[in-house]
Amino acid sequence: MSRNPYMRVVPKTTWYLRNGRYLRYMAREVTCIFIGLYAIILTMGLVRLAQGPDAWNRYIAGMAEPVALVFHLVALGFACYHAMGWFNVTPKAMRIPKGDGFVPDKTIIGVHYGIWGGVSLVLLILMGVL
Amino acid sequence: MSQRQITFEVLRYNPEADSAPWIQTYSVPCEEEWVILDAINYIKDHLDSTLSYRWSCHMAVCGSCGMTVNGEPTLSCKAFLRDYKGSKIRVEPLTHFPVERDLVVVLDDFMEKLQSVKPYLMPKTEKPVEEGEYKQTPRQLKNYKQYTMCINCMLCYAACPQYALNPEFIGPAALALTHRYNLDSRDAGRSERQEVVAQHEGVWECSFVGACSEVCPKDVDPAGAIQQMKIASTVDWHLEHLMPWRRK
Repeated sequence: MSRNPYMRVVPKTTWYLRNGRYLRYMAREVTCIFIGLYAIILTMGLVRLAQGPDAWNRYIAGMAEPVALVFHLVALGFACYHAMGWFNVTPKAMRIPKGDGFVPDKTIIGVHYGIWGGVSLVLLILMGVL
Repeated sequence: MSQRQITFEVLRYNPEADSAPWIQTYSVPCEEEWVILDAINYIKDHLDSTLSYRWSCHMAVCGSCGMTVNGEPTLSCKAFLRDYKGSKIRVEPLTHFPVERDLVVVLDDFMEKLQSVKPYLMPKTEKPVEEGEYKQTPRQLKNYKQYTMCINCMLCYAACPQYALNPEFIGPAALALTHRYNLDSRDAGRSERQEVVAQHEGVWECSFVGACSEVCPKDVDPAGAIQQMKIASTVDWHLEHLMPWRRK
């Protein structure tokens, strides 16, 4: 009897379409692109600020355009999805001993959401929004 | 006991006759309390004795009967038919492994990787048997017990897209077992295992899809083990570079 194992090929570019689990993973990863784009826009704002009042005012006017507002709303949505995706898997990386067991997953996730909410609140107060 | 007629679409591959796998269908009168493995055994016993597959304990302990059921890596002795709706079930070998014959896959790659991580206790100093056992508190046991539940069924490898894209990846089960021994208070072999763990094909090939933990029939959570080892390896690297005097 001879051996002749058969290797089934996994598509290198479309593998994540094979099931919902992989799609959710790709969504978590791909949404970081919007966070990156937002960071670039924010950095451009700093550059315009350094260039003087005229450049800064043009930047602010540009940010008030409908396209910019829509982008920011979309980016905010994706940033939340991205952050929540990571918060929810954090307990896997953080195994904190407590008594005879470990700190429950819900506590670790809850603390992350709490810090996120707290920092957001402080920033909104500092910006004068609240 | 009620019966349900289910059509099983089973992947067949005869290495001596076939150039590629193909699907054969069997109509099986299934009992309500059966698992997938019972139906496969029925096919073997009553319909087609040429069907090849692995199984042994029928109680989710031996880890032999891993198969892909309706596209999902599954331990066929733990998958109850009552959880499958419809009249068709597709059974294929575990994905990402070469098919030896029908539902049997080649284990060689996994066995080599398992050996490479030295999955056994390496105490700091070997004690003579007369001195008794290496003692451990219940708390110390709890630290790693979850990872001892691995039965090497390889479902995690079949679920892991990174293993599919780079077969050099050491993979979930072998890394979870590495973590099991690293966490054991009786063990002092972590630095030896780090050569395999900290390389690119070790923990760093994992992009935290998490599929391994979702399909694990024993709740081992290999994804968690790998992320914890990434953190430990990162701490090692920083300590080594920021505090060179700590090097042994």
